[in-house]
Amino acid sequence: MTASNGGGGGSGGGGGSGAGRLGSRIAARAAGGGMRIFLVLVGLFWLMPTVGLLLSSLRGPTDISESGWWQVFTTPAQLTTENYSALLANDTITGSLVSTVLITVPATLLVVVIGSLAGYAFAWLDFPGRDWWFLVVVGLLVVPVQVALVPVSKLFGTIGIFETTLGVVLFHTAFGLPFAIFLLRNFFAEIPRELLEAARLDGAGEIRLFTRVVLPLGGPAIASLGIFQFLWVWNDMLVALIFADSESPPITVALQQQVRQFGNNIDVLAPGAFVSMVIPLVVFFAFQRQFVSGVMAGAVK
Amino acid sequence: MASAPRPSASKSVTGTRRSVAAGFLLPALLLLGALVVYPIGYSVHRSFFDKSGDSFAGLDNYIELFTDDTILTAVKNNAIWVVLAPTVATALGLIFAVLTERVRWGTAFKLIVFMPMAISMLAAGIIFRLVYEQDPDRGVANAVWVGVHDTFAESSVFPRARPLPVHPVEAAGGGAYVTKEPVRAGEIALLPLVGVAPAQMPGDARPARRPAVEGGRINGTAWLDFTKGGGGKPNVVDAQERGLKGLRIEAVREDGSVAASTSAAADGTFSLPASADGARLRLPASNFREQYNGVEWLGPSLVTPAVIGSYVWMWAGFAMVLIAAGLASVPRELLEAARVDGANEWQVFRRITVPLLAPVLAVVLVTLVINVLKVFDLVFIIAPGSAQDDANVLALQLYRSSFGTDADLGVGSAIAVLLLLLVLPVMAFNIRRMRREARR
Repeated sequence: MTASNGGGGGSGGGGGSGAGRLGSRIAARAAGGGMRIFLVLVGLFWLMPTVGLLLSSLRGPTDISESGWWQVFTTPAQLTTENYSALLANDTITGSLVSTVLITVPATLLVVVIGSLAGYAFAWLDFPGRDWWFLVVVGLLVVPVQVALVPVSKLFGTIGIFETTLGVVLFHTAFGLPFAIFLLRNFFAEIPRELLEAARLDGAGEIRLFTRVVLPLGGPAIASLGIFQFLWVWNDMLVALIFADSESPPITVALQQQVRQFGNNIDVLAPGAFVSMVIPLVVFFAFQRQFVSGVMAGAVK
Repeated sequence: MASAPRPSASKSVTGTRRSVAAGFLLPALLLLGALVVYPIGYSVHRSFFDKSGDSFAGLDNYIELFTDDTILTAVKNNAIWVVLAPTVATALGLIFAVLTERVRWGTAFKLIVFMPMAISMLAAGIIFRLVYEQDPDRGVANAVWVGVHDTFAESSVFPRARPLPVHPVEAAGGGAYVTKEPVRAGEIALLPLVGVAPAQMPGDARPARRPAVEGGRINGTAWLDFTKGGGGKPNVVDAQERGLKGLRIEAVREDGSVAASTSAAADGTFSLPASADGARLRLPASNFREQYNGVEWLGPSLVTPAVIGSYVWMWAGFAMVLIAAGLASVPRELLEAARVDGANEWQVFRRITVPLLAPVLAVVLVTLVINVLKVFDLVFIIAPGSAQDDANVLALQLYRSSFGTDADLGVGSAIAVLLLLLVLPVMAFNIRRMRREARR
C-alpha cells in the first residue's frame, strides 16, 4: 500500500479531506443505487420474453389473436388452462413427448456408460498410442454436427436405421462422446493411484475396479456429464429433424412443424413450447451447480 | 474451458492385457469412427463431386459458395453473426458479472440471465417469434416501439376518415381536407366525414348534436355521417351518428394564415371565435395519418440483427457465468490497492479487471464463435419463410442444400467442409494445450 493510506484503516474523521470524502461517498451511494436499478431493469427485460410465452399460453385463442399477453395484467380473468388441456388431449404432442423421452434417456445413458469406459481406459489402462488417441478425441470436440448429417443419413439408410429412434440415439451418443471422454478422463486421472492399487491387491479385476472404485469416485463428473448430455439431446431439433422417425417425432420437431403456420396456432405453440421447457428448467434449477461445472468444462464444445 | 491442469495420467495400475483395454475402448472408437471421423472423410471427398455425385467437379462447389447469391448471403450473414453475437454477448456478460458482484441478490439476477441456456433453441425461437410479432397489439417489441414513437409523434385519431362528394368538405392536398365554402360568424358549420369503422371510434365519442347558433361565433359539428344499418341522410346529423371527438379543426384565411383552431368535443361540436369569419375550415392531415405500426423486425433488413438479439438473450448468461468465475479468482488486494491509490471504478475496471480477465474473455469469445458458426435452429424458427433467404446462414444453407427438394450434396458437403475448416484453428489450439498439459 502506498502513501495515501498512511492514516491507516481509513477511519474517516482525520485529515482535511473529510468533505471530499463525504462527497465521493454520496456519489458512490448514488452510483450504487443507479446500478441496482439498472440490474433490476435488465433482469425484468431478460425475464419478459419467457413471461410473455407463459402468459400467452394461458390465454384463450381469441384473446391471443386480438391482443398481447400484457393485457392479463389488467384483465386477469383471461387466464385459462384450456390450451393445456387441449394440448394434453392432442395425441401428436403427447406422443412426441414420449418420443423425446425415448431418445433422451438412452442417449444420455449410453454416453455416460461408453464415455466412462473409454475415459477410464485413457486415464488408467496401458495400450500403445494412448496419448495420441486421446489427442484425436480432443480434436473431435469441436467437429460441427452439420458435417455428419449427410454421410450418416446415407450410412443409416444402408444399414436400415434411418428415421428410427435407434439412429437418433446413436448419433447423439457419438457426438456426445468426445466431450464425455475428455471430461471423464481428466476427472478419473485425479483418482489417487493408491486407491486403485489397494483394490487391485484385494484381487479386484479390471471390471470390478471400474464399477466399484472409479465410477463411485467419478460421481460429480458423471453427474455433470449426464445433465449436460440430457439437456443437449432433449433440446436438440436439427438431428431429430433429419434422423427421427417422421411418424413419431420428438417434441422439438413436432413443434417445428407447427411453426410453419405461425400466427393462428399460438394456442398450440405457446403451451407446447412451455411444456418442452419444463423438464430442462426443472433439471436446470435442481442441478445448477453440476450444470455450471459442465458448462465450464465444455466451454469449447 | 478445460479444467485445471491435470497430472499426467499414469501407467496402468493393473498391467492390463491389451484385450481388456480394447474392450473398454471399442464401443467409443466404433461410434466415433463411424459417425464422426468417417463423415469428415466422406464430406471432403463428396465436396469435389457434382450434384449427381458421378463426375469430378474440382473446386466448382467451393466456387459456388462465393458466387451463388443465396449462399453468398449466408456467408455474409455468418460473418455478421460471428462479429456481432460473441462480442455483444461477452460484453454484456462482463458488465453483468462485474455489477452482480456488488449486490446481495446477484445470484438471483444471474439465475435469470443464465436460465435461457437451459431451454432449447426451438423454444427460444418460438418465444422470440412472439416478441417480434409485427402487430403492435400482439408483439411486445413493437408495442414498446410504437409506444415510444407515439409519445414523441402525435398519433392520428381517424386514419381513414374522408368526406363524400355530397359533403361540404373537399380534399386540400397532402392528406388534409377543407370546407368548400368560407364560414360566417353566426352560422352553423357542418363537417361530416365517413370511413371510420365503428370499432375505431374513440370509446367516449357521444351522439353528435347540432350546436345552437351564437352571434359573433362560428359553431359547428364534426361527426361521422354514417348510420349503422342505414337510414341516415347525408349532411344531416342523424340520431345514431356520433361526434368525431378530438378532430383538429383550423380556420384558414385566404392568405393561408391560421385564424383560429380548436378540436371537436365528444358530441362533435366545436366553436370558433369571430376572428375566423370568412375563413375556410381545414382538417389538417395529422387527423388522418395512417396509424404507426412499428418496425418490421422480421423483414429483410432487420431479420438478422433481430435473430442475433435472441441469440444474445440465450448466451449472455453463459459469458456472465464464466467471467464471474474468472472474476472470483482476481486478487482483491490488487483492486483495493488501486482504489486506495485513487483510481476510480472505471479505471480499476479498465486497467486491472479486464486485463486480468483477458484469458477468460478469450475462451468465452472463442467458444461463442464456434457456437455461432453452427447456428441453425434460431434462424430456422424465427425467420418467417419469406425472410429465410435474407436471414440465411451457412448451417441453414447446408440443411437446404442437403435435404431440400433441389438438394445438391456437392454444395452441401462443401459447406460442411468450410464449417470444419473454420473450427480447425480451435481444434489445433485444444490439441496443443492438451499436449502441454500432458507433458507437465
